[in-house]
Amino acid sequence: MDIATFAFAALYQFADAFAFLVLSACGLAVIFGMMGVINLAHGEFIMCGAYVTATAVHAGLPLPLAILAGALVSAVVGMLVEFVVVRHLYERPLDTIVATWGLSLIATQGTLIVIGSTMAGVGTPFGSFQVGAYSYSIYRIVLFLAALGVLGSLYALFNWTSFGVKARATIQVPHMADALGVDTRWIYSLTFACGAGLAGLAGGLYAPTMTLVPTMGATFLMEAFVTVVIGGADVFLGTAPAAAVLAVVKSVMTSWQGQLFGQIGLLVAVIIVVRVLPKGISGFLLRERT
Amino acid sequence: MNGLISLFRRLEGPQTKGRGLLFWSVFMVALIGAIAYPMFSDGYTVGNTAYFFVWVFIALSLCLIWGYGGALSFGQTAFFGIAGYSYGILTLNFGAAYGFTLVAVLAAVAIAAVVALLLGYFMFFGRIEGVFLGIVTLAVTLMLERFMAQTAGPDWRIGAARLNGFNGMSGMPPITIPWFDGPIVLFADVGLYYLILALVVVVYLGLRILVNSSFGNVIVAIRENPERAEMLGYDIRKYQLINFVIGAGLAGLSGVLYTAWGQYITPSSMGMTSAALPLIWVAVGGRSDLTSTLVGTLVVLAGFQALTIYGSQYALVVMGLLLVLTVLIAPNGLVLGAMNVIGRLVARAKGGRN
Repeated sequence: MDIATFAFAALYQFADAFAFLVLSACGLAVIFGMMGVINLAHGEFIMCGAYVTATAVHAGLPLPLAILAGALVSAVVGMLVEFVVVRHLYERPLDTIVATWGLSLIATQGTLIVIGSTMAGVGTPFGSFQVGAYSYSIYRIVLFLAALGVLGSLYALFNWTSFGVKARATIQVPHMADALGVDTRWIYSLTFACGAGLAGLAGGLYAPTMTLVPTMGATFLMEAFVTVVIGGADVFLGTAPAAAVLAVVKSVMTSWQGQLFGQIGLLVAVIIVVRVLPKGISGFLLRERT
Repeated sequence: MNGLISLFRRLEGPQTKGRGLLFWSVFMVALIGAIAYPMFSDGYTVGNTAYFFVWVFIALSLCLIWGYGGALSFGQTAFFGIAGYSYGILTLNFGAAYGFTLVAVLAAVAIAAVVALLLGYFMFFGRIEGVFLGIVTLAVTLMLERFMAQTAGPDWRIGAARLNGFNGMSGMPPITIPWFDGPIVLFADVGLYYLILALVVVVYLGLRILVNSSFGNVIVAIRENPERAEMLGYDIRKYQLINFVIGAGLAGLSGVLYTAWGQYITPSSMGMTSAALPLIWVAVGGRSDLTSTLVGTLVVLAGFQALTIYGSQYALVVMGLLLVLTVLIAPNGLVLGAMNVIGRLVARAKGGRN
């Protein structure tokens, strides 16, 4: 293999890992960064997005619209969950973990009962292209672009819109924002819906690449956790760089020893990073800045 | 002798519910009932009851780490699995002769504790806390499950023990006690029941002494306010780490007994669902009290078992619902709430007499 094809293969692996980490983590990161709540039902929102996307495709909707439908349905479900459960637990962050875990059990098992152990999947679109001796899926490139697109639109949302300004005010000093007339409950609710919607989007985007089973959320969960733990509370200064660093670790380990060792590499990385940077990359960057 | 008496005085204290003649009478009645129970039942049912008691240790470990220490750990299931697999690997390699299974039990628990020491060092000395602790421990658990699930095939063997991937290991010998006229093999029957019952009593009383000792008071102080505990001069990282390791050992004990009870262990005993169950028992029972956890665990397990008869897929949904409702409505746990009510009634009755 000459240098160019090798470099391309490495780059492709990196982009693939990066996209997976960003897409699976950003929903979790938005909710955690904004409200300090870890949503353990995150994987089930991903599953929800994937199932809705597949159903919509089977009903005849084109794939991009189906993915959007998946994201929207997840967002609506997320808002409902926030209203019924999470809203009452903001003062007890540990209890939100426990409660959302209960929800995750209900959702996984409920899906198993209602829909059954598998669901007809969606074919991967776009086919593949050839570089050197290997062929690559075009859809993986689309996923990478989608990850960049999600990061870009989140940046735009939180920096350039009135919702973003209010949301950031709410994270910084909730009661002050409240006093200035921001409906903080509504902001929390929207933020949770946004995080759930992003999870649904990840599910929809990955629906064509994997088998649809009720426990599929767990496949994303570890990567999402690891990225958020290493990234810390800030989506842009944390999640994106964390995903970049972890993508290197994961793609190197994967091409060296296989997929499982890619995941073990992630886990070891996270355990070492929490020892060195307890507040994550964003905590480190923010401390350096001030 | 004096030391022993002061040790027993620690059975009651500020960190545990239940004191005085009434509580200990109820305790003795329950204990005598548990001891007499095999006489009124057949071996198979007694073996099943022993299965309930197997889970008490992991529940108590979570109670200690989460309820008393305030550190939500999802890693208990990982230690459960590590110890279970260790027991399997050790006994399959060295057999059950000369009481080796007892050595294997201790060694397996020790292995779980050492892993906890390593992991805990990185976590507590890295000062991660709150929700992150939960995530890191959960990630470890999930990773371990995935790792064990892919160990299928003849390449994955340790000595004579094949790991067998998703199907798990089986065929390890049960706990065997060497005796003068032939070794006593503890199958899932009356013998194993008494062994586990004795362990439950010893661990329960031992933990009561532990949490009411000065160590336990510091642990609770850390839960209430870590900064304050640190200002008072305690190295909270060490206390948390020791607490975590003790908890891991107890979870490991559950794992060993589980493996010895059914003579099998599979990776799914470390999965998401298995990790959720201890949490449900402890949360529903009342995480900040040992007695509530003990009673809650047995009650919820019995309920779960009863539901499973009607349809195991619905049982998990009910468990999830129970967890969510407990957190929303009775965050201190149902059994603990009930015990508080009883305690108040007793106090009022006494007050009325005076």
